Amino acid sequence: MKGRWNLLAGGLVTTIVLAAALLSVVWTPYSPTRIDILHKLAGPSAAHWLGTDPFGRDVLSMIMAGARNSLLVAVIAVALGASCGIPLGALAAARGGWLDGLVMRGTDLAFAFPALLTAVMITALAGPGAGNAMIAIGIFNIPVFARLTRGAALPVWKREFILAARAAGRGDVAITLDHVLPNIAAVLLVQATIQFALGIIADAGLSYLGLGTQPPAPSLGKMLNDAQTYIYKAPLLAVFPGLAIVLAVLGLNLLGDGLRDLLDPRLRRAR
Amino acid sequence: MLGFAGRRLIALVLTLFAASLVVFLVLQVLPGDPASLMLGTEAQPDTLAALRHQMGLDVPAPTRFITWIWGLVRGDFGVSYTYSVPVAELIRGRMVVTVPLALMAICISVGVALPVGVLAAARRGRGADVASMGVAQLGVALPNFWLGILLILLFAVYLRWVPAGGFPGWDAGAWPALRALLLPALSLGLPQAAILSRITRSSVLETLGEDFVRTARAKGLSRRAALWRHAVPNALVPVVTIIGLQFSFLLAGTVIVENVFALPGLGRLMFQAIAQRDLIVVQDLVVLLAGSVIVVNFVVDIAYGVLDPRLSRGGAQS
Repeated sequence: MKGRWNLLAGGLVTTIVLAAALLSVVWTPYSPTRIDILHKLAGPSAAHWLGTDPFGRDVLSMIMAGARNSLLVAVIAVALGASCGIPLGALAAARGGWLDGLVMRGTDLAFAFPALLTAVMITALAGPGAGNAMIAIGIFNIPVFARLTRGAALPVWKREFILAARAAGRGDVAITLDHVLPNIAAVLLVQATIQFALGIIADAGLSYLGLGTQPPAPSLGKMLNDAQTYIYKAPLLAVFPGLAIVLAVLGLNLLGDGLRDLLDPRLRRAR
Repeated sequence: MLGFAGRRLIALVLTLFAASLVVFLVLQVLPGDPASLMLGTEAQPDTLAALRHQMGLDVPAPTRFITWIWGLVRGDFGVSYTYSVPVAELIRGRMVVTVPLALMAICISVGVALPVGVLAAARRGRGADVASMGVAQLGVALPNFWLGILLILLFAVYLRWVPAGGFPGWDAGAWPALRALLLPALSLGLPQAAILSRITRSSVLETLGEDFVRTARAKGLSRRAALWRHAVPNALVPVVTIIGLQFSFLLAGTVIVENVFALPGLGRLMFQAIAQRDLIVVQDLVVLLAGSVIVVNFVVDIAYGVLDPRLSRGGAQS
């Protein structure tokens, strides 16, 4: 029952966040870059639901567009991690031996680097911007997916239907695509939602430091950094963008938990 | 046991070497020549060459790598381009902020998470469980730097109990220094506590279902005694691993949180060094941080072997 509730709440929150972000492509209450000095630092009102920033820009519009940029960075980072990590992990599981050892030691090494710290180094040196942020966050998704894929695929390789497929003369690649991956897709999907959520937090952190999406394009992290300057004058500016991040991350985490409970009934006992 | 530790030690040294090689290579590949950055775009070619020579940048990369590694082994971290002081000195000055900060954050994380996690497991499905896990779910979603800003809003802007940032230094006395580190430590530690309490809870629940706990109950132990004497100690094994992993998150987190609170720690030094293309400082810091993660994981591995002798006999090496 609890799994259902997680799934429902997570699905709902995620849908709302995604809808707001997608809507910002075609419509926001105001242009998120429109400067209106006469109405700067206004509190929430009927005209500006969440108020305006030091340049008189509409905070709600900036959050919608900022969330879109954030989600985009996180989605591409997950896609990058999954598209490199899953084949690596699948290969390691299928072949075993030195190849498996190599992939495992490689992931060990990658995990030794504090992810965000290294992402800061990469974006700062390669040039700040959304593109490099995607790559920097994506790189650290690779070992996560490689590890998970290998760990989940290994027991599948010991199952009888794999032996049968082998006996029928099918190769490693064909077996992986037809039998192994479909069997572990659920685990990978759950991890993807978690990495998606972590990606949003990482992107917010990078753009807080000024290394992610560059102005004038709005980003949630940059909004928080700007808000800190005006924290005594307009404290609410520091609240709304953070709430948007928490909402997005919370929704995805609940969705991930719900999916896990739904797809893997064995885990239900333990939680 | 000794064989296990020996194998792990060899792996430790190899990993440290590989990590420094990776850092060195990444910094070679990434754009931004420190010498031309220092002199600007209008620099004369011969001035540039002279500076590159002075900084040791004209030496082939493999030689530079070996010189650097050999220096690290001997405790010589090189000299910062921008500050013109030994990097070791810079790092020592900043460590007195970051290390206490990370330790405080770990203490907060463990101090909050263990009691909450065990309590939630013991009261599974009841009010205390649902409420604490609800809060934990929220805590996992909190970016540490936003929590930091919220804490500043509450304690510095509204209540005016503490300054909004900055660090008075340990010379000002232990209390003012610790007070300056408290909010940053909370913003780093609490989201980690949320994660750890969830893991503690499920680990305790899992052991509560084990046969030895049932046996303990069957031989007449009370629920509470079975929980504390049998279930919790066994449940802590995976929890210790996660605490080790959290160390890595905490170190990375300091880069942002030190910026939120304007603390002169390693994270801020790293950030400034990157901005100034002080590559030797960046290189040393990343290796130092990755190195401490590797060493902490090594210690956790060994602790794991001590806590659970089955692991050190080679069974679960993967």
